[in-house]
Amino acid sequence: MGVTPLAIMLGLTAAALWWLAGHEDYRPFMPGLVEGAAVTMRITVAGAILAVAAALTAGLARLYAPAPLRWLAVTYVELFRGTSALVQLFWLFFVLPQFGVTIDAFTVAVLALGLNVGAYGAEVVRGAVLAVPLHQWEAGLALNLSRRQIVARIILPQAVVAMIPPWGNLFIELLKGTSLVSLITLADLTFRAQQMNQTTMQTGPIFTLVLLGYLFMSLTITIGMRLMERRAIRGLGRRA
Amino acid sequence: MMQDPMVRFQNVTKRHGSHIVVDGLNLDVARNEKVAIIGASGSGKTSLLRMLMALDPVDSGEIFIEGEPLTHMERQGKRLPPDMAHIRRMRGKVGMVFQSFNLFPHLTAMGNCIEAPMRVLGLTRAAAIERATELLEMVGLASRKDYYPSQLSGGQQQRVAIARALAMRPKVMLFDEVTSALDPETVGEVLTVIRRLGEEHDLTMMVVTHQMGFAREFADRVCFLHQGRICEEAPARDFFHNPQNERTRAFLRAVLEAG
Ligand SMILES: Nc1ncnc2c1ncn2[C@@H]1O[C@H](COP(=O)(O)OP(=O)(O)OP(=O)(O)O)[C@@H](O)[C@H]1O
Ligand SMILES: [Mg+2]
Repeated sequence: MGVTPLAIMLGLTAAALWWLAGHEDYRPFMPGLVEGAAVTMRITVAGAILAVAAALTAGLARLYAPAPLRWLAVTYVELFRGTSALVQLFWLFFVLPQFGVTIDAFTVAVLALGLNVGAYGAEVVRGAVLAVPLHQWEAGLALNLSRRQIVARIILPQAVVAMIPPWGNLFIELLKGTSLVSLITLADLTFRAQQMNQTTMQTGPIFTLVLLGYLFMSLTITIGMRLMERRAIRGLGRRA
Repeated sequence: MMQDPMVRFQNVTKRHGSHIVVDGLNLDVARNEKVAIIGASGSGKTSLLRMLMALDPVDSGEIFIEGEPLTHMERQGKRLPPDMAHIRRMRGKVGMVFQSFNLFPHLTAMGNCIEAPMRVLGLTRAAAIERATELLEMVGLASRKDYYPSQLSGGQQQRVAIARALAMRPKVMLFDEVTSALDPETVGEVLTVIRRLGEEHDLTMMVVTHQMGFAREFADRVCFLHQGRICEEAPARDFFHNPQNERTRAFLRAVLEAG
């Protein structure tokens, strides 16, 4: 699918939000929800950066690092894939302080969600790297490039193209996962909605705005990733 | 004293599992010599080149390049298995062109030719571009330097691959059936480049090929490989006019019949 239909959807979502925001049944909720959305976005962006860094490190370590580091990477991936993000959040926020380590809620949110998504991302990185044909390695060796140079300059740039679509999915999972952070005292979009809902009982307007808000953010992610994919494909001299 | 051969295989054996692929092979290639290696599919031609390029280790025996061992190193009189630094130093003497081109698809023709000279030889970008431009000109592709591999024909890609290997200034060039994956009409342009290379440059060349015509007029010497051994070797003229071995004759007959 091209970017145009997505852009139209994004435009319609924005227009709907704009129009509802002017409506008197909806207007009172806007400031609180916008504040909540800002928290959601900050956690998503910071979590995404951490997730990519963790995924590259763990994915490449699993493939190329010496045994102890490889096991460490495997442990990380299995630990964070095998337990839920909610449990990780709770553990970092409520259990860790019992061992004398206290981390603020925002950092906990970014750590837990970022590392959780990064664990899935590590498998994406590994799969994409393994999909680059072996003869690319051999061509690099025949030119006397070092292993490190081959990974960084030959293999990864080719693997990136295959990584982008699954990363789009992961970022959206991350966005949706941020709704859990209300459970560790952060006032994200979902938290604000629930709070206002309890005091005003205006479920219809509030959750319509929240729905459109999440849709707006996830469409932005999807379009961004599509554009990146296009660029990456052009970088291979193929037509997107 | 006689000069060391450029390349020496000494009793080299290579196995895949229990299957012996190269079997106690001995071969000397002189400096600047052009050797054609022919033989049936599975006779070990590719395995031979891959060991010399240090892509595969030998199981036993030794390979020397300019008299220096590739397959082991000597430290304080002791023989040790080669470490990465040793292998990379030896690899620097050899270049290889593959049947399937193996260009880097994310880099242009120019990008393919400057990557290793910059990263491995430490050339500046400007110096690497100058060297690559010269080589792309030599293979007739100066005008395509900004094209990506996917935008080039098979013959053009293979010529870029030749320029890319030459940009590392190897002393020995290995060609493994470099025209086998090409459309018939583009085979000629690649062979012309290889021929010119042989005439105009001081290069030792080992060429695996199924083109008997090319082997005859290009090579100084032809080696016929059978089941991992050199079954017959002779100066190109003698080899084709008067093959001594019954197996060689059968092979040449079969190739001629196949056209
Ligand atoms: N990685 C491998 N694992 C197992 N067997 C292998 C491997 N590589 C090569 N062989 C076997 O070794 C033998 C020699 O292979 P090689 O590629 O050297 O032959 P070749 O003379 O180049 O043949 P062709 O003309 O088909 O390219 C073959 O029987 C092949 O099946
Ligand atoms: Mg072969």
